[in-house]
Amino acid sequence: MSVTLGHYLTLGAVLFALSVTGIFLNRKNLIVLLMAIELMLLAVNMNFVAFSHYLGDIQGQVFVFFILTVAAAESAIGLAILVLLFRNRSSINVDELNTLKG
Amino acid sequence: MDIKSALFYVFSAVLLFAAFRVITARNPVHAALYLVLSFFQASGIWMLLKAEFLSITLVLVYVGAVMVLFLFVVMMLDINLDTIRQGFWKNFPLAATLGAVVALELAAVLLGGFRVSEPPVAAQAVGAVAAQVSNTKELGIALYTQYLYPVEIAAVILLVAIVAAIALTLRQRKDSKFQDPSQQVRVKARDRVEIVKMDPVRPAPAPAAAEEKQA
Repeated sequence: MSVTLGHYLTLGAVLFALSVTGIFLNRKNLIVLLMAIELMLLAVNMNFVAFSHYLGDIQGQVFVFFILTVAAAESAIGLAILVLLFRNRSSINVDELNTLKG
Repeated sequence: MDIKSALFYVFSAVLLFAAFRVITARNPVHAALYLVLSFFQASGIWMLLKAEFLSITLVLVYVGAVMVLFLFVVMMLDINLDTIRQGFWKNFPLAATLGAVVALELAAVLLGGFRVSEPPVAAQAVGAVAAQVSNTKELGIALYTQYLYPVEIAAVILLVAIVAAIALTLRQRKDSKFQDPSQQVRVKARDRVEIVKMDPVRPAPAPAAAEEKQA
């Protein structure tokens, strides 16, 4: 049986579910949390590219282009914050980040 | 099964395995390397979907820049592996159940609902003219005509990201010695030379003390 649009969408869905699981599992580890977010964005991009191909429309790929841009900016700033955090607290444990808690 | 389907299944199998290892790897460096592997597989799948430009961009931008940044940061930090793995197995049953439910529900809807196996014929007929245009050129035309304003906004976002990342991590040493050019420029002649007025010869205080001794 040949590969249909549904196969690609399912691949994206499974990838998304895996990264949701990853966020649950690595609650303490900020770096792996950021990586799981990257995986989620990849899953969403997969859907966009698949739709773009099967519907014969270039707009989906344009959207993926912008998502890639924003994701690059997000990870750059996220990692900068992570470095700053480690410098001040000497740990990247999410549970210790409760300074703003009232 | 034709070669395209076979490639799809190979790429997706490796992609899902790599994604699984990203979220379960003990060492963050291994997780980052598995994420690189999964980006490569995704790029292969996008190649199958005839999105050549994005597939190469994914490798260049993600693997070449973002993942290298991740690796640098992971290696720069001295992470205590035991504390960050706390609660991993405690959360595992709930997380696995939730992930399985999400995946199964979405698969049930998507596999049945989208049985399109070929790109639409209408688009191919229109694309007969556009067939000579490559994917990159098509994307470029769309970006620089219809989406010119969003492209500029994306450029501003990247600029903000650069400035923010540098401003956040820039650190000045407190004990460093440095010159202040503005003060150097504003210096006046009287700051350089100070003239002190004083007598050429000073009267010796000794005679007064000697007279008192005599008296």
